[in-house]
Amino acid sequence: MTEANSLETDRTPGLKRVVIETLSRVEGHGKVTLLLDEEGHVRQARLHIVEFRGFEKFIQGRPYWEVPVMVQRLCGICPVSHHLAASKAMDLVVGVDQLTPTAEKVRRLMHYGQILQSHALHFFHLSSPDLLFGFDSDVARRNIVGVAAAHPDLARRGVLLRKFGQEVIRVTAGKRIHGTGSVPGGVNRSVPPAERRTLREQCTQVIEWSREAVHLVKRLFEQNLEQYRDFATFPSHSLALVRADGAMDLYHGGLRALSAGGETLFDHADYCEYWERILEDVKPWSYMKFPFLRELGPEDGWYRVGPLTRVTGCDFIPSPLAEQERRDFLAFDNGSAARATLGFHWARMIEMLHAAEVIASLLADDDVCGDDLMAYGERRRRGVGVIEAPRGTLIHHYRVDEHDQVVRANLIVSTTHNNEAMNRAIRAVARRYLDGRTLTEGLLNHIEVAVRAFDPCLSCATHALGKMPLAVELADADGNVIDSLRRDGG
Amino acid sequence: MSAAPPRKLKVATTSLAGCFGCHMSLLDIDERLFPLLDKIQFDRSPLTDIKHCGKCDIGIIEGGVCNAENVRVLQEFRANCRILVAIGACAVTGGLPAQRNHLDLGLCLQEVYETEPSLSKGCIPDDPELPLPLDKVHPLHEVVKVDYFIPGCPPSADAIWSFLTDLIAGRTPRLGHGLISYD
Repeated sequence: MTEANSLETDRTPGLKRVVIETLSRVEGHGKVTLLLDEEGHVRQARLHIVEFRGFEKFIQGRPYWEVPVMVQRLCGICPVSHHLAASKAMDLVVGVDQLTPTAEKVRRLMHYGQILQSHALHFFHLSSPDLLFGFDSDVARRNIVGVAAAHPDLARRGVLLRKFGQEVIRVTAGKRIHGTGSVPGGVNRSVPPAERRTLREQCTQVIEWSREAVHLVKRLFEQNLEQYRDFATFPSHSLALVRADGAMDLYHGGLRALSAGGETLFDHADYCEYWERILEDVKPWSYMKFPFLRELGPEDGWYRVGPLTRVTGCDFIPSPLAEQERRDFLAFDNGSAARATLGFHWARMIEMLHAAEVIASLLADDDVCGDDLMAYGERRRRGVGVIEAPRGTLIHHYRVDEHDQVVRANLIVSTTHNNEAMNRAIRAVARRYLDGRTLTEGLLNHIEVAVRAFDPCLSCATHALGKMPLAVELADADGNVIDSLRRDGG
Repeated sequence: MSAAPPRKLKVATTSLAGCFGCHMSLLDIDERLFPLLDKIQFDRSPLTDIKHCGKCDIGIIEGGVCNAENVRVLQEFRANCRILVAIGACAVTGGLPAQRNHLDLGLCLQEVYETEPSLSKGCIPDDPELPLPLDKVHPLHEVVKVDYFIPGCPPSADAIWSFLTDLIAGRTPRLGHGLISYD
């Protein structure tokens, strides 16, 4: 711990700067910098989130019913998660504690469609090239096009799994990306029977392909046991929603935090009071904040979220095939995969299988075609909505005034929870693979492999604002300066 | 004797101040991706590990221009791409991120990084590694010449497919009824 902290605060002059910019095959914008001394030893390694957009501020003044549609634009990869987290917060604002069965099931269907498509995208399109070809394989081949050439069936399955998830979203949200299906207090449509039939016909195949994807990751672990077990691995606390009976539930539940050793730090905590449990720090070198568990403090209280913490932190998965895979995962090599950073990929595929099973059972339920869509209640001024997005726990918090306008918004997005953990993974890889060596493209890609394991949605993580000591000129197409700006820093 | 296969067109894509929704909509062409890959080769893109745009036939950019880094990337694309396409509401008009254009940056900073109640200790990020934000979010055409605009948040997969197949075949792309949206 001391060593990591000294790396972080190192300001020794004369160090050589190596930058990985832009991080590629991740879902958003970010860069990594390394500072090396004369012998090439790594003195500092940081993940910088370099962009801001300002959602928390410009959401203010908008009517509350616009928010579930607006905030999706935080992210085009998991828009449904933002759509539903905001909807859940606004359910409370319109006084609804319990949705109609149809609304609840249609929203769940939408959300598990989101989980399935995002996990397929993350694994097949973004991460599988590293895992199939090797972390330092030929850069020209290390992408989905290379996968399509070498493993055409696998690439095709990845595309079709993602397509199925997107279709589930389209029939529930009205549109594949940035839909409008969920509204405060319910949903504005249910599933048309013809669409339901079409989707149901595909479920058996989707479940089978998802199961085979779990087994593919398992084989990768077996074939590269030492590397997969140890790569960027370190102990960490964890956080996730669980259902009242301890089951995995990606749509709703209470907060459960476990220590690195597996002890319960808190359980079934009411997320509407999340600030009793979680605080955030700011560091000067990133627009992404650093959350931590309040009772443990900023030094020891950082934690991880996402597929790995959900699969290892729940008591069971409430669908039979995924539950069997969870048990195999926990038992593998005395639990080594369940602690490994690359275990995120295995856990992600188990969740994809679970999502496929949940979608099949929801589509078998006549309620998803029902017509009782909305519930009503007495207006309140505050709402908190929390959901397990593909990348982990997602918190939306709003205050609404008597004129229906949002006056305050706070968003803690999934990737932000993993900020400290991703920085530690980067440092671990830098020390293990890069220290004192000549840096090649392939070696540097090891850093990105570590970041990719976490499901970074850096797109979402860039919703805040900042100002830097730099100058810039903006010119139009004819070279005329139309804007110029100089700042001396904040 | 069969003719040599036609040269694949080089296509670069990037996201500036956007949400990757337009890239997702491109992937929503689903299995049509595979015949497309017979005709094009990706240069810099979120799907490849190519970090800088090389000489390309087509450059596709989503997202508006919100900081110095966006300006640099956009200029690099313009210098290297024969045809530059602004895709989606943010690239065409600034989109939702441009809603910050009427706000004071200093107040936004204070609220997000210093006074938000869930903060333990706040400070405003000021590291030289972080690029300078612009006062306003700009659409692409205010910074460089743009050849084509595809509106929508995001444009549909069918619109993107229709546009690309026309362009690759050497036709002037025309989006017909039902393919243009302004959401």
